[in-house]
Amino acid sequence: MASKLSFADEVANLLYATEGSPIRACIQCGTCAATCPVVEFMDHSPREIIALIRADRKREVLSSNTFWSCASCYSCTVRCPKGIDIAYMMYGLKRYSMWRNGARRHAIGPDFSKRFVRMIVKHGRSYEPGLVAPYLFRNGLRAMLYEALTALHMVRTRRLPLMPHRVKRPGNFRGMLSRIIPVGPGA
Amino acid sequence: MKVYSYFPGCSLEKMASAYHVSTVETARRLGIELRELEDWNCCGATAYFHVDELLAYTLCARNLAMAEKEGADLVAPCSGCFKNMYFANAHLKHDPDLAEHINEAIKEDGLEFRGTVQVRHLMDVFIKDVGLGEIKKRVTHPLKGLRVAPYYGCQIVRPQKDHEDVEQPRFFEDLLSAIGAEPVEYPLKLRCCGGSLIVTNRKAALTMVHQLLQNAVDSGAALIATTCPLCQINLECYQRHVNRMFGTTFALPIVYFTQLMGLALGASPAQLGIGTEVVSPTQVLECKMPAAATGAAARAKVPVA
Repeated sequence: MASKLSFADEVANLLYATEGSPIRACIQCGTCAATCPVVEFMDHSPREIIALIRADRKREVLSSNTFWSCASCYSCTVRCPKGIDIAYMMYGLKRYSMWRNGARRHAIGPDFSKRFVRMIVKHGRSYEPGLVAPYLFRNGLRAMLYEALTALHMVRTRRLPLMPHRVKRPGNFRGMLSRIIPVGPGA
Repeated sequence: MKVYSYFPGCSLEKMASAYHVSTVETARRLGIELRELEDWNCCGATAYFHVDELLAYTLCARNLAMAEKEGADLVAPCSGCFKNMYFANAHLKHDPDLAEHINEAIKEDGLEFRGTVQVRHLMDVFIKDVGLGEIKKRVTHPLKGLRVAPYYGCQIVRPQKDHEDVEQPRFFEDLLSAIGAEPVEYPLKLRCCGGSLIVTNRKAALTMVHQLLQNAVDSGAALIATTCPLCQINLECYQRHVNRMFGTTFALPIVYFTQLMGLALGASPAQLGIGTEVVSPTQVLECKMPAAATGAAARAKVPVA
């Protein structure tokens, strides 16, 4: 009979595709925490997240902002003395939290990623203004003004696309994606 | 003339159009033919991998299969595109089940992944295939006395692809020396610019950008050269935000390495997309001026509170 997986096992399953070591190889040395350029903005350092996963503290892991703060710079991955692909683990946690639709205090990360995916499914290519526009109000009026000035400059120098670029065969493109996972129109 | 499949990537279509035109111009002057993939799509960036790994690999596989059809190695100037497609290629080659699954999908567009091409970063092609000696020979306008901070960023070096040095790489410095510029040493050359955190965690990203700019300026750089459109945008377009947040007065030009190469190879600024920047590099790049003047101009422009 299938038994209920522990959270630590679930995370191990998330990482099946990595060529790195499993997280049980972690020696809690803290190299990842010391090397992480974003650690001061994280609730828990990467080392702590690994410790929490191994202690099966699912709720604390999923409610932390740690993995959504990861910028995917892979400094931890290349420096981990035990060869754990920690950045890949952060990707795994992002996916897990989105699949399970866990409570999200830190809403921009997952929202941005979903918006990005919808855009790619639709156009096949990314279109920065469409991506960034919904978040312009988040950083206060002055930041918005600065962004508007930059945008104006970019329109003048033709660095800002006014319309999205698309792949030439969007039908084939979407058909290809739905062969992996059904993606409805506008999905 | 060596031929490559060229994958510009989404950023190079507009926001980083200067990277695209300077790539094409520099490659042409070095005797390289870049054939743009006929219907490339997004590589998945980081955000697609946050949602679904298999779909993200499928995106990359479609591009790889198009390059295979052309029979020419895939070259990407964007470090992010390079990294995604490099690892998608590696995974698909090592995992026949994954390749079979994805081939079922890309068949929809009449394509098949067989694992017959390599994925290369543009800079690697210049350094290894053209060669520093050959580049040096072709330089007509050496960038004498131009103090450049080579900014590697993340994905051109990390994760490790083969057995290359991920802690103290020197290839960017060597390339800058080959075109007569003066690479400055600064410890944060491999440190992250914040990437997409600029949207999702503004404060964290601005802190990272601030550290990088400060470190480059402290090392006496007149400008920063990048290999990645997102690094360029974060470092350039958010200087105003950084100045406001940290009380600094940065006005440090951020250019693509291809723009510097193009200048050294005799191209005009217009041919390299110079003139579209938010922080203009023209004053710093008047590279025929004596070395001392360039340095002084740079220092005068970048006082730091």
